[in-house]
Formats: sequence, structure tokens, C-alpha cells
Amino acid sequence: MTDKNIKLKEESRAPVSSSVQKFAAPQNEKAIGATITVTIDDKQIKVPMGTTILEAAKKLNIHIPTLCYHEDLCVAGVCRICAVEVEGQRTLQASCAYPITAPITVRTHTRKVRQARRHILDLLLSKHYGECYACARNNNCELQALAKEYGVDFFRFGHPDKPRFEVDRSSYSVVRDMDKCILCRRCVRTCIDLQEVGVLEVAGRSEASKVETFVDKPLGEVVCINCGQCINRCPTGALRANDPADEVWAAIDDPAKHVVIQTAPSPRAGIGECFGLEPGQPLTFQMNTALRLCGFDKVFDTNFSADLTIIEEGTELLIRLYKALVQKDKSVALPQFTSCSPGWVKFLEHFYPEYIPNLSSAKSPQQMFGAVIKTYYAKLMKIDPKDIVTVALMPCSAKKFECNRPEMCDSGFKDIDYGLTTRELAQMISEAGINLPAMEKSDFDDPFGTATGSGVIFGATGGVMEAALRTVIELVTGKKVENFFDHADIIPVRGMEGIRYAEIPIKEVGPVPDLVKHVVKDWKWLKGATLKVAVAHGTANAKRVMENIKAGGKLSECHFIEFMACPGGCIGGGGQPIPTSPAIRAARARAIYAEDTAYEVRKSHENPAIERIYNEFLKEGPCSHLAHKLLHTHYTPRGKYIV
Amino acid sequence: MSETYTAPLTFSKVKAGKGLEAALELDRAGVINEITASGLKGRGGAGFPTGVKWNLAAAAKDPVKYVVCNADEGEPGTFKDRVILTDHADLVFEGMTICAYAIGAKKGILYLRGEYTYLQDHIEGILRKRREAKLLGKNAGGKKGFEFNIEVRMGSGAYICGEETALIESLEGQRGEPRNRPPFPVNTGFLGHPTVPNNVETFAWAATIMSKGSEWFKKIGTDKSAGLKIFSVSGDCKQPGVYEFPLGITIKELLKAVGGLDAKAVQVGGASGSCVPAREFNRKIAFEDVATGGSIIVFGPQRDMLKVAENFMEFFHDESCGQCTPCREGNGKILEGIHMLQQGKCSMHYLRELCALGETMQLASKCGLGQTSPNAFLSIVKNFPDEIMGRAGAAQE
Ligand SMILES: Cc1cc2nc3c(=O)[nH]c(=O)nc-3n(C[C@H](O)[C@H](O)[C@H](O)COP(=O)(O)O)c2cc1C
Ligand code: SF4
Ligand code: SF4
Ligand code: SF4
Ligand code: SF4
Ligand code: FES
Repeated sequence: MTDKNIKLKEESRAPVSSSVQKFAAPQNEKAIGATITVTIDDKQIKVPMGTTILEAAKKLNIHIPTLCYHEDLCVAGVCRICAVEVEGQRTLQASCAYPITAPITVRTHTRKVRQARRHILDLLLSKHYGECYACARNNNCELQALAKEYGVDFFRFGHPDKPRFEVDRSSYSVVRDMDKCILCRRCVRTCIDLQEVGVLEVAGRSEASKVETFVDKPLGEVVCINCGQCINRCPTGALRANDPADEVWAAIDDPAKHVVIQTAPSPRAGIGECFGLEPGQPLTFQMNTALRLCGFDKVFDTNFSADLTIIEEGTELLIRLYKALVQKDKSVALPQFTSCSPGWVKFLEHFYPEYIPNLSSAKSPQQMFGAVIKTYYAKLMKIDPKDIVTVALMPCSAKKFECNRPEMCDSGFKDIDYGLTTRELAQMISEAGINLPAMEKSDFDDPFGTATGSGVIFGATGGVMEAALRTVIELVTGKKVENFFDHADIIPVRGMEGIRYAEIPIKEVGPVPDLVKHVVKDWKWLKGATLKVAVAHGTANAKRVMENIKAGGKLSECHFIEFMACPGGCIGGGGQPIPTSPAIRAARARAIYAEDTAYEVRKSHENPAIERIYNEFLKEGPCSHLAHKLLHTHYTPRGKYIV
Repeated sequence: MSETYTAPLTFSKVKAGKGLEAALELDRAGVINEITASGLKGRGGAGFPTGVKWNLAAAAKDPVKYVVCNADEGEPGTFKDRVILTDHADLVFEGMTICAYAIGAKKGILYLRGEYTYLQDHIEGILRKRREAKLLGKNAGGKKGFEFNIEVRMGSGAYICGEETALIESLEGQRGEPRNRPPFPVNTGFLGHPTVPNNVETFAWAATIMSKGSEWFKKIGTDKSAGLKIFSVSGDCKQPGVYEFPLGITIKELLKAVGGLDAKAVQVGGASGSCVPAREFNRKIAFEDVATGGSIIVFGPQRDMLKVAENFMEFFHDESCGQCTPCREGNGKILEGIHMLQQGKCSMHYLRELCALGETMQLASKCGLGQTSPNAFLSIVKNFPDEIMGRAGAAQE
């Protein structure tokens, strides 16, 4: 087995901006052999050339406030709240945007600095219409926090008493309330530079400038992919997810309704942050208890349907390969693309509609579960599916759009009624007076109870690929994947690099297991083949992969590619706790891989609940007629300008 | 466009081509030394030493470099660049060519203000002639291995695009907004390459200096402000128009020349400059005293200074790019304050707050626009308290 992390041109997308200045900071100190001593508030530190004042201050534990700065984004230097005095300079300097190239002396809280920061806050507040106690970001808002930090006790330049804009609720996923916008442009940089979708831009000049969509259309009518990355980076409540908590409470309160919730892997790795825990402390089983306390009738693990997705998607891949390699069917679209990230799916529908045939027709785990609950489970429990309300706890804002896609009603009902984000559930839990970290642990409910580690790692970039490979390798070779990869950890597809590529040579094959006997007779045709796979996260990287494929590059030879719309995969989803940063996402990913190791069963096809559903319900096996009706879907070419 | 009165300019007496010839006889360092020795400082407003700027760009290690001529002339009350481009464009291009030779650039761009589109044909015509005369192109000016071309690009009408980094953004096809500095254009300019942006007049003087020698230039003006300067004079005077004076001239001397001695104040340096009251008319127009990019606006005795401040603030309130907080929001607050003053509704307390805000804007804004936009208001409040406070009466603390 080889693992090759090939270097593609411009492989991993470091956030840059065309409209914002780049400064080439040297990679390490030795690269140019220059370190510079900077003095900040009488403390000294040596830093590499090009380090910003803000970074140097951080190293010295000196706090400088920021608003437009974000670790994931290129520097804008527009809010000016991070102003400091640099000796010898007439004006104050924005510490986030000032690269140190000479030994300088900096003061971070002189009279001028304090006055400037107060004025900047007062100016922002003079335009900021909103009441903290009625705001999604109450207690988690950078503007509010700064107002406290700087002791704002009156509105020096006034305070608006009526809104200037209408709240844009046109999108299933993202709500925009521009009265709370402080024009830090983080959302613009997120959408243009980080995600390369380009929905948001700054229009107008001076006081009239504002963040707009193309010709100021409602967000629901533009090419927004609902990834919610802009929400995660907005310092205020100007952007928020479309919160269905009221409807969910109403369903819980309705005795006629049987309300079930499925919980995806990533929220459990992040939700602790909403309760003051350090990132990376999963609360999976505490959450189960809390959900029951909230009044949910059943708590299921999305890992079940993640495993189901692996079986369906994996079988689909084997069928495609068989058709292409054995039957020489030229119409088969390869590489097969994963379809579990609804942000990615919409991205492809808008920007690469000609590649829709490459998308796996398998639904995402969220939607598969909905269809299964309102059919298989309803029958099993003898509940009328019209009385079942399916809620999905997701790390994702695009899942809200996905569950509202008109084709997602294969059970005869809306497969998933509500998509709830990690943040929204945390809110519900605290509304119920529950201290989540202090809850006792409890398990998931049957009949889907037992999950596998493969399902869990869906949350991190590379996870779907790893889960699929574990299953495919075992189905094909008839041997334990541990024979090929220590502890079944398929390291080559893990990591945070933007695009990863791996080759898995198939040196031996075994007998065809019962599960897929209906699709292939033997594996001989795969012997000696090399499975080529790739993983990309963040749509900017997805775009690079697609351009490589279009140009007939190396990645066009892949068989299977995992795409996730969000940087880091679902753990960095648009519904996850705020703030986000590379370190926070890495901590969440570690939590997920730790959970995986803790599972007894770590491969989807060994999940007893999976075996059971194929025995009892989907009797003709994966990708069969019924499986297709319930678990697979189709897509809509959208183009760049239509919805 | 009505005929602008133009006093005799040195540029008319400079023989075209002589400066370039002289430059090409020197090596690159020689040219930069000559410009540095002349003491020439940027004529676009900021007054950065031109020789130093060229030297920084020359020293930058990058095979691709650019020369940009800033002809965005958007400062209220300036029109001297228009006159220079109309009558002496050859000299401007000669200066650009000398700069290109000195720093090692192959490409030059003239960024022409949108409102000056009518000049484009004239300018393109001159460029064509220069190409035909082999003053541009390969082996330009007969210098083997020296290649230089100039392209004209039209601005889009925003004042902020005159700021050099916003100009570069605009050239790159982005929204014209100033960049963070450092890094400066001499290191990271157009398309990331070292770029020298200079004002129209700066280039014309550079060519003149190469023709007449740095000694000649250095002798004129003051120690810190060498040479001659072209002024755009407007407002309440007998003969508005374009003038040439040595730097260091007092405001009084200038007013005498233009017939405006009864002025009660003079705005030196356009909207972003400062408003000098009559009692200070002995001050010098020079980088070390009252600096200017060339705009002189004369206010006669009958002028309402608060109205003047209002006009300037309205201008900035319209022209701010809206990028940074102090300028985007501050201009509006000061303008609002002026309206309150006009209605006698501004308390002394709030006026003090607005002046402090002005200081914050000067200190914390991202670019020269916000850093200077409160100047006029602040100097009018300081120098004409009677005209301001008289109306605040209704709402004293
Ligand atoms: C808001 C603003 C507008 C400006 N407009 C102009 C302009 O129209 N023309 C100009 O030559 N310089 C303008 N400048 C100055 C330029 O940024 C730059 O300093 C100048 O082009 C450098 O040339 P110089 O060194 O020859 O003066 C402006 C600066 C600011 C902050
Ligand atoms: S955005 Fe922040 S400051 Fe504004 S209302 Fe919400 S919590 Fe308060
Ligand atoms: S949700 Fe994603 S695509 Fe939509 S505006 Fe935000 S960042 Fe852009
Ligand atoms: S919507 Fe949020 S992120 Fe975007 S500019 Fe406004 S405050 Fe900043
Ligand atoms: S000071 Fe004004 S013009 Fe300059 S960057 Fe800030 S908002 Fe734009
Ligand atoms: S945080 Fe530095 S300018 Fe906004």
C-alpha cells in the first residue's frame, strides 16, 4: 500500500485576497536569517521579519482588541480597533496589518490609542441597531464584548432607534440582519477568498457602503451554497442560521407527535464549547440524556445512516467500476464524487453542473435516516409516519436547505422536518435549564443503537473516504483492513491539507460477500488494480480539484473523491459553535478520531443494525430498487445565475 | 472647458528631449543621484523625496517594475495637472522615461482622471509621436537595451483613486480602495511588483532637472523645499489660474500676485489641507510650514467659514471609500455637527467631542483621505471660533 500526497499546483488554498494587501512573511526564521527585536509596552521579544505587531503582542501575552481580523482570513485592516502607537510614526498603526521589518517600539494603550478605540466603538454603535437580549449572539458577540472591555457607558455619537434595513430571511439557511453589520468584511473575505463562492461583496461608498449580494438580491435567490462559513466568522449577530427551535419545541409539546432526533458526529465534538468547555471534549452520551430531558422521544445516532451511506455509496462505486472496467461502458461517470455535503452539492450544481453524473446518487446520512425513520422505523414501531417529526442535529447550515429540497420526500413525507445546528441545540438545552457537561451518560436508542467508528469520522475531512475504504477493502479482499493499515487507521487520507491524494493497490481479492452478490460475481477484475482516491475540503479546494479534472489532470484519473464544503469538514461546519480557528477545528477533529478508536465496531458493514436493515427491510440489498427509491436521489443543474 | 489663465511656466522654456538625453548618458545610479541632489519632493501632496522613492524601487529585486503617473487630479481646487498635460505632456512622458531608466522598468502607465477623457486623444497622439521618434519602445532614446512603453488608463471618477495604492487596486481591476501600508508600492505595487507612483508635475520637474541640472533646482526655494511649484489658484481673487512660484513663498506674497490681498483666509492644500487665517499670512508655503499639493483657495471677507467647512465635509463624506471605521462614519458625524452648529444646536461639549473625533480620524484612519478630512473643520474651528460659536449660543452647556 502506498500513500502519495502529490503536490498539485496551488494545492492547498491559503486565504488570499485580491483586494487586500499581501505581505510575504518568511516561512521560518532561518529562511532569511533575520529576527528583529520589537518592544511592546516595555516588553521585548524577538520575532521573524514580517511578523505583525498583533502576532508579536500575542506572543508577549499582550491583548490588543480586534474586529476585522480573523485567523482564517487575509488581513483587511479596516476596522482600526487594533490601532497602536509606533514610536516615530505620526499616525496610529493597525497592529493586525503592520508587518515588523525594523526594530520598533510599540505602545498599546496610550491616551491616543484609548481615545481612538472608544471613538471607533462609539462610531460603530451609532449605526448598530439591535438589542443584545434579543440577539442570537448575546454573550458570544465580539462587538458586545468590546463595548464591555472599553467601558462604553453612553452612546457618544447617538444610537439608532429604528432599523435601516429589512431582515433577509429568504434563505433556508442564513438570515442576514444588516442593521447589526459593522462592515468588518469578514463574511466577504470568507465567501470570496476562503470559499471562493463569491456571493457577498461590498457595494456603495462611504457611509452608504454595505455588504450586498449580486444586485442586492435576496440570499435565497443567488448562488449561495448555504455553507454558513460567513456566519461562523461574523463577529456580530448580523449573520445567523435560520433557527427552527420554536417549531421543534412546538412538536415536542404536541402529545400527538412522536419526535425523534438524530445527532451527527460533529456537534458532539463541538457542543461543549457552548457550555464553556475547551474545544475537543466530546459530550456524546451526556447529550443523549439532555435530549431526552428536553422531551425528544427517541435519540438516534446519525452514524447509523452514515454506515448506510457507506454501503450504498460504496456499492455504487463498485458498480461504476465494474461497468467501466469490465463492461467497458464509456458512459459511466468517474471519478465518483461524494454527495453527503449539501454545500458541496449545491456548489457543483451551480458551478460544475456538467459533472452532476459524477455525484453519487446516495443521499446524505441525514436524509437517508429521515427516509428510514418514516418507513422502516414507523412500520417497526407501528406509528403512523405522519405523526413522526424528524429532527436532525447537524453541524451544518446547508442541511437546513437540504431537508427542504422538494425531492427529499421519498418516504411520502418530508424525510427530515427540521435541521437544527449545534448552536441552536445548545440554546434549547440551556432553555431547558440543563447543564450539559454535568449530565450523566446514556446510550442511543434502538433499533439503530449501535454505531461504528466509521460513521463517527464522517465529521472530519477524509472521514468518508476512510470509512468507505475500510469497507471496500474488506469486501474486496475478504481480509481485515488491519492487515493493510495499522489499527485500520488509513492515515494517507487524514489531515488538514486542502487536497489529499492516495493510491491503494489491490494486490489480492477474496470471495464476493453476500451483501453485494447481486451486483458482482467475482473480484478477479479488480486484482492488480490501483484504487486512486482524493479528498478535498473547503469549496476553494474543491474548485481546484474540479479545474484539475476539467483540464484532464492527475485527479481526473481518480476513482472516488470526497468533497466537503467546509474547511476541516463537518467539524468546521456553519452550524458549529463560534468562534472557529484552525486550532479549534483540529481539536474537534482529534476528539472525533479518539471516539472512532473507542468503538468496538469500526467498519460500516459490520454494524449489526446495518446487517439487520438489509435482512429485514432492504432485502434486495444495497442499490436495489427499494434502496434506490428511499436512499438515493437526483440533482438539479442550476448554473451560475439562476437559483 | 473654459480657458484657464496660465502664468508663464518654466516648462515652456525647457527643450524637449534634452533631459532624457542627459539621463541616458549617465548610469542608473547617476540619474538617481541627480534627482536626489536636486531635493525634488513629490508634487502630489505628500512631499516624499522623489530621489529616495526611485532609489527604493531601483534597489528592489524584481525583474518586473512599473512607473505610474498619477493624473487622477481630484482634489477640489486643483487643475494644474490638467494644464501640464495639455501643454507639456511631452515633458511628463520624458520624466516617466527617465524614471523607468533609473529604476529598471519596462512599462509605464498614465492613470488619467475620468473627467479628463477629452484629453485622451491629445495624449495618445503625443505618445504615438514619441514612439515614432523612438523615444519609447525598444532601445528607447537610442539607449541600447533600454525598453520602455507607456499606456494610458482611464480612471473611474472616484477621488480616492488618486491615493496611490487605491490607484493601483483600480488598475488591477478591483474596487478602488487603499491598501495597508507597509508594504509600500516601491516594494509591492502594481500586480505585486515594485512600482513608482509620481504626480504629473513631479515627472515634469524630473525631466526639467535632468535638463537644467540639480544645482539650478536646488538653489530655488528653501532648504527643505527645493525648487519651483505649480499652483492652482481659485476662489475670491482677481486672477484665478495656474501659477508657478518658488516654494517658500509666503501666503501674502502669493495673494499679492493673484490679487487676493483682502482675503480673510486661504485654504492651502485643497480640501484635505489647512485653512490659514489672515493673521498667519506670513507663513511660508513649503513642506516644513504649510504644505500643499498645489491647491490654493482664497476666501474673501464675505465668506461664511462654517459654510466652507460644510462644503469640504460634504466632499469627503461623498468620497470616502467606506473601508475603515473612523473615516466612513467620522465624516458623517462631523458633517452632522456642522449642521447642528449652523442651527445653533451644537453644545460646546459636543463640539469638543467632535474635535477629539477629528483627532482620532487623523490618527487612526487607514489612508490620507480620512487622515486629512477633518483638517479643514478643525482649523476653521480653531481659527474662526467667532463664526462657529456665535451660532452655538442657543445650546450652550
Ligand atoms: C485621498 C487622496 C487622493 C490623492 N489624490 C492624488 C491625485 O489626484 N494626484 C496625485 O498626484 N496624488 C494624489 N494623492 C497622493 C498620492 O497618494 C501619492 O502620494 C502621489 O501620487 C505620489 O506622487 P508624488 O510623490 O509625485 O507626489 C492622493 C492622496 C490621497 C490620500
Ligand atoms: S450583534 Fe452583538 S452588540 Fe449587536 S445586538 Fe447582537 S449581541 Fe448585541
Ligand atoms: S453561506 Fe457560504 S456561500 Fe453563502 S454567503 Fe455565506 S459563505 Fe457565501
Ligand atoms: S455581516 Fe458580519 S461579517 Fe459581514 S461585514 Fe457585517 S459584521 Fe462583518
Ligand atoms: S480613510 Fe477613508 S478613504 Fe481612506 S481607507 Fe479609510 S474609509 Fe477609505
Ligand atoms: S483588527 Fe486590525 S484593523 Fe481591524
